[in-house]
Amino acid sequence: MDLVMDDVRAAERPRLTWRLYGRSWDEVALAADGEPVTADWAWGGATGSKVRVCVVDSGVEAGHPLLGQIAGAYGVVSRDGGLSVEETDAGDACGHGTACAGIIRRTAPDCEIYSVRVLGERATGTGAMMLAGLRWAIAQNFDVINLSLSTTRVRFTDELRALADEAYFRRTVIVASAHNTPVESYPWRFSSVVSVGSHHDEEQPESFLYNPDPPVEFFALGQNVLLPWLNGGTIRASGNSFATPYMAGVCARILSKHPRMTTFQLKNALYLSAANVNVGIGGPS
Amino acid sequence: MAAPGGLAVDSLSRELLQSVVDVARAIFGAQASSVFLLDVEAYELVFHAVSGQGQRTLLGQRFPAGSGIAGWVVATGEPMLVDDLTHSAAFDRALAESTGYVPQSLLAAPLIQGDRVFGVLEVLDPSPRSRSNLESVDLLALFARQAAAALRIVIERHQLDGVRTSGGLDPDDRASARQLMYSLQRLLDTSV
Repeated sequence: MDLVMDDVRAAERPRLTWRLYGRSWDEVALAADGEPVTADWAWGGATGSKVRVCVVDSGVEAGHPLLGQIAGAYGVVSRDGGLSVEETDAGDACGHGTACAGIIRRTAPDCEIYSVRVLGERATGTGAMMLAGLRWAIAQNFDVINLSLSTTRVRFTDELRALADEAYFRRTVIVASAHNTPVESYPWRFSSVVSVGSHHDEEQPESFLYNPDPPVEFFALGQNVLLPWLNGGTIRASGNSFATPYMAGVCARILSKHPRMTTFQLKNALYLSAANVNVGIGGPS
Repeated sequence: MAAPGGLAVDSLSRELLQSVVDVARAIFGAQASSVFLLDVEAYELVFHAVSGQGQRTLLGQRFPAGSGIAGWVVATGEPMLVDDLTHSAAFDRALAESTGYVPQSLLAAPLIQGDRVFGVLEVLDPSPRSRSNLESVDLLALFARQAAAALRIVIERHQLDGVRTSGGLDPDDRASARQLMYSLQRLLDTSV
């Protein structure tokens, strides 16, 4: 039997991307054991009230009509030879952070949004900036951190993994954007974070899937998403970056309704309420 | 062999760079396609190849790597597609207008070698769409991987002026070195 399975695996073509192209949602149905957790139980009626969400990105354009005011804006800066985090009014270097914050606002309208700008500083490496911003955000005990970023720099891996574990135990959920092609990047590959890729079913903008074939664990809509951009404008964009803040917003709603949830309970609630996960109804495992 | 403006001048390098953008433009039926390479020291992105709109005027032009969509892609290594740019009051419009062409949509993917992003492959106004937007993002990302391998050969052969992707410390290494020096200084200051 094992031999047959090995033959089957050997015959599988290497995957070009992590996405679920060519597979219907029924084809990726998963049978799960556990308490029935519905989306309505998990976050129905919740608005993200009293939940603090931090967007670690390019900064945020506060006051954008699709975003409104934010609770705090910070930035990683070079100071005395090191990197530190300070309050800033520098805004958004490219629009991306504003876009992410806008999706979170749309999904969880009453959450408190904070921004840490880790992009745009001249000649400072992205990996070091992201690490400094993430370390600061975890120390602030935010409930949710949106990280539509990753680094390919292998030498940051151990420190990122330690930070992700620390966040996990502090009940700070890191929602991290996955690379879609099999690029080695972090921290989305760590099991301590909620990693997000994209589905492209625009008819189901509020549904998300659990991936039967991780490392990417969840897929949310990442195609033609309406976004706030710079100077009060809007664009539509596609990419995993924009699926991630939707999941961060869902996490904020769940935590506003179930504030004592640990990170592992939250991830379990996401898993059991995913559109393709059927609790206790059987089917192929 | 590199020209003073930092562009490849030998025929093989020129042909390789041009074929990357020509093929990218053809794949997507696009108005234009460009390759930017990152000048780490100046922290600028430099047009190294252009196909279509702007082909005659853009080569060698530079813009800050810390802003804009290409800047975000080079900083994060994530591909993306942006659409409906006419509704964006910003979208680097000044830059787009200075380059003589203002796109409606833009598709960008990183050029990655090993664990570093050294440039961006962009496609302007892909149309008409024969695939979904996410499929386009994935296709460009896959093509960019192939292009990156080829471009790396050009860079290593000639070490194009202004594109210092190897040798010395990159910004992350410098930041780490500065952090180490800072920590050592603090340790020395507090240990007496």
